[in-house]
Amino acid sequence: MLEILGQLAQGFLIVFEAQNLLLIIGGCALGLFIGAMPGLGSVNGVAILLPLTFLVPPTGAIIFLAAIYYGAMYGGAISSIMLGIPGASTAVATTFDGRPLAKQGLADKALIGAAVASFVGGSISVVLFTFFAPPLAHVALVFGAPEEFALMMLAFATFVGLGSDDIFKTLFSICIGLVLSAVGFDIISGEPRLVLWDITGFLHGVNFLVLAIGIYGIGEMLWTVEEHALGGGKSMLSEATVSVARTFAALRELVKTWKSTVMGSLLGYFVGILPAAGATPGSLMAYGIAKQISREPEKFGNGAIEGVCAPEAANNAASTGSMLPMLTLGIPGSPTTAILLGGMVIWGLEPGPRLFVDHSEFVWGLIASLYAANLFTLLINIAFIPVFIKVLKTPFTILAPVIFTLCLIGGYAPTQDMHDVWLMIVFGIVGYLMRKLDYPLAPAVLAIVLGPLAEPALRQSLIISEGSFMIFFERVYAGPIMVVALLLLFLPVFKMIYDRVRKPQAERNAG
Amino acid sequence: MTVRTAELLMAIMMGAFSIYLMVKSAELPIGWIEEEGPGGGSWPFWLATIMLISCGGILFNWFRKKGRIATSTKTYIESHVLGDVAAVAGSLIITVALFSFIGIYGALPLFLVFYLRFLGKHSWGLTMTLAVVIPVVIFYFFEITLKIILPKGITEPFFIPLYKIFL
Amino acid sequence: MFKSQNTLRKVFCALGVSAILAGMPVIGHAWEPQKPVEFVVMAGKGGGADKAVRLLQSIIASEKMAPVPFTPVNKPGGSGAEALVHVNGKKGDNHTIMFTLNSFYTTPLRQPGLGVDITNFTPIARMAEDTFLLWVHSDRKDINNVDDFVKAAKAKGSKWIMAGTGKNSEDNLLTDFLNTAYDLKMKYVPYKGGGKVAKELAGKNADSTVNNPSEQLGFYEAGTTKALASFTDNRLPLFPDAPTFKEIGSDMVYYMQRTVVGAPGMSKEAAAYYDDLFTKVFNSAKWQEYRTKKSLQGDLLTGDALMSYWKRERDIHEVMLKKMGAIK
Repeated sequence: MLEILGQLAQGFLIVFEAQNLLLIIGGCALGLFIGAMPGLGSVNGVAILLPLTFLVPPTGAIIFLAAIYYGAMYGGAISSIMLGIPGASTAVATTFDGRPLAKQGLADKALIGAAVASFVGGSISVVLFTFFAPPLAHVALVFGAPEEFALMMLAFATFVGLGSDDIFKTLFSICIGLVLSAVGFDIISGEPRLVLWDITGFLHGVNFLVLAIGIYGIGEMLWTVEEHALGGGKSMLSEATVSVARTFAALRELVKTWKSTVMGSLLGYFVGILPAAGATPGSLMAYGIAKQISREPEKFGNGAIEGVCAPEAANNAASTGSMLPMLTLGIPGSPTTAILLGGMVIWGLEPGPRLFVDHSEFVWGLIASLYAANLFTLLINIAFIPVFIKVLKTPFTILAPVIFTLCLIGGYAPTQDMHDVWLMIVFGIVGYLMRKLDYPLAPAVLAIVLGPLAEPALRQSLIISEGSFMIFFERVYAGPIMVVALLLLFLPVFKMIYDRVRKPQAERNAG
Repeated sequence: MTVRTAELLMAIMMGAFSIYLMVKSAELPIGWIEEEGPGGGSWPFWLATIMLISCGGILFNWFRKKGRIATSTKTYIESHVLGDVAAVAGSLIITVALFSFIGIYGALPLFLVFYLRFLGKHSWGLTMTLAVVIPVVIFYFFEITLKIILPKGITEPFFIPLYKIFL
Repeated sequence: MFKSQNTLRKVFCALGVSAILAGMPVIGHAWEPQKPVEFVVMAGKGGGADKAVRLLQSIIASEKMAPVPFTPVNKPGGSGAEALVHVNGKKGDNHTIMFTLNSFYTTPLRQPGLGVDITNFTPIARMAEDTFLLWVHSDRKDINNVDDFVKAAKAKGSKWIMAGTGKNSEDNLLTDFLNTAYDLKMKYVPYKGGGKVAKELAGKNADSTVNNPSEQLGFYEAGTTKALASFTDNRLPLFPDAPTFKEIGSDMVYYMQRTVVGAPGMSKEAAAYYDDLFTKVFNSAKWQEYRTKKSLQGDLLTGDALMSYWKRERDIHEVMLKKMGAIK
């Protein structure tokens, strides 16, 4: 313990060198900006700025990139709340309640909630990272395909209640998301699959961002254009104000959400350290569980602040968590850490179990910088909230073309293929038409993220077990996770039966 | 067109799309392959089947006249709304089509001018300022800072000296 | 975003200048790229190929070898099919190059429908050949050489799991080879990417792998996994204790190319420029250091020599794929 604290102190000495401090602040601000752009996420920032980091020593470089990573995680929440467009898959869950809050004129509350929860999530996970890295690395290592699939089932299970009342439309939405995620090529057999109408653009699959920006960006904006037309052309995107008094009121209210925030942090961290899972399933599960444990679950989806705090705490915790398998195992837990890993190779650092021993200065400098990055992003974020609110007050007819512009470029940037921009427009228009008929679309967006994780895990497990589904129940880690997932999945059914049996009895007793 | 009619048409279209997805998935094996596990088409095939069943369920409810949407006699898209939505959607489609020909820096200002001046009825001063400033900011942020090269179409030669200066 | 007024002025000046310059012919002697070069990667972010491309990019940028940046674009779809179709469609483009693996041969062979003929591409430079070794977990104290391995794998039959990177991939070819050569029934389970495969072995979710050294190095150095034998001509300096399969009587030698390819119909001047550039990169201290560290083999090959190497390798892969039953 003392040894760890000593190393951490040394790490802080490195962080407080003027150059590194500047790198952290610059990285956080840049990350915040990149994350807030629909279509751009930490992956873009980190990948593109990687070559720039040759100007500074490796420790400074990783500190810079990690700060961008952290900043982008916060930034994702900004576009989720203000525009209703998740800037990255990790911020999808934040839109569910963040957007309704903004529509009610409470954007400032949602933004503060997101910033504070991110800070708590980040801090808890960095502390866990500091003290429990090696044993957790072991857990990450033994997690195989059956465990991954069980985890995905758990993620789906926490989300059963998300759709509308129409069970068929919800089911349709989930399945279309999963099928779209299968477009491109089959990683097991390596063969092209579902290349729709034989258009070669489908070979690289349907990118999550194309669907998300299509539905939440283009589709949602068309919906707003309609409301705007109905409302006589005077509406704004959201009503919003900000003041010191309101900020303190919001902070006081946040204290009450500590349970969801801490739960989200822990959950996010543990899911984050599992290779291949990353921050998205973590934030989705945190949202689902926050709803389950809430006393007022009906508020979720209509502007519950816990619904913003839980997933935001989780995705920041997970981004720290995913550094763990990268550093200790050389296995990236997310696309961004994959790039960071590439960077380490370029700097001549070999990630893996020996990194902590051979390059302790690098590792502890990074860990200490996470503490610092966390704090700076919180401060920068809160300082900018009045600016964000001002933007929201811009008349709709000015903001709308700007948002459309960002959507078009955001659809192009990830793959740099015009095919994806067209696809995004199609999703936007069809999504708008479906939304008018009460098709829930959030499940489709979630499914397209989870599909590529769930399918290979399921098939690999079945190959190993030669077709037996028992493999999901026989293993030490997979078994309990699967049982919990199934319980959660059938919980609504049990509840219904329970209510049916119980109610007549209660009535009889009353009578 | 009423919402009820739209519901029927959408369910039929999505049902047809589900069948197309099933056919497309079946290009790869959809069953169990000996010594290899589930075929490459099995996952999307069975999911597309569930999609088709769901569409059947939606149609079933439609015939039973069950649910808010299936019984609604309201107009699907009001005519004065349709004009606005169509203008926005149409201008987006034209803008994207222009990306490949006159490039992003040719198409975006046109889109911004159309939207701000003709849909938004803002002053020419504001319109032109935004139509110039936004593309410049985009160039600076995406192409220079992030090195994401956006489509230029025939305007490509104009950018070559810019690349020399900034990249 | 703007740091100062100066930047803005710079942009406007440049716009004006560019309008004047646009009509003028390019003055100068040798060909040089005019705009950022698109560096297509046939694999996803974070894999071995991607890491190598980002290193190449950084060497070019940090040693100022080119007047423009090289921007990596990942097109991993369809075992490289997406990248091949994309670059194949850029006929005569002098600003598109691609980093290729062995799927450069196998994907067009398996999917003739793509209409890709690799001999149309412009050969630029083979930067290295990656090697393959047979790996098991270090806790398997009973396995110390290939004979032990064969005995253990035989005993477990089809319950012996070999993890690899996709059906009909390089790993699958080698697994099939081992199964035939030693009469084994190992079950091949495909995963996404070599790093994931390496982790499955370290976590004991797989019994063996045929990873590249770069993928297993971290675990190997930590003593978690061990190499039994290599699929190379000579023993690798990094793994002096692992014999080659040749030494122990099975003639299996297999390498993975790491080659830079240009778009079809690239101009002669442009091809010469890239040849020269990547020769410089190849000889740079950073690339040489990377080669040693990752135990990469293979000399620099350019131009016609590279083209005849492709043709030879493609024929070898055609025979192998036929044997596996992947193509007719």
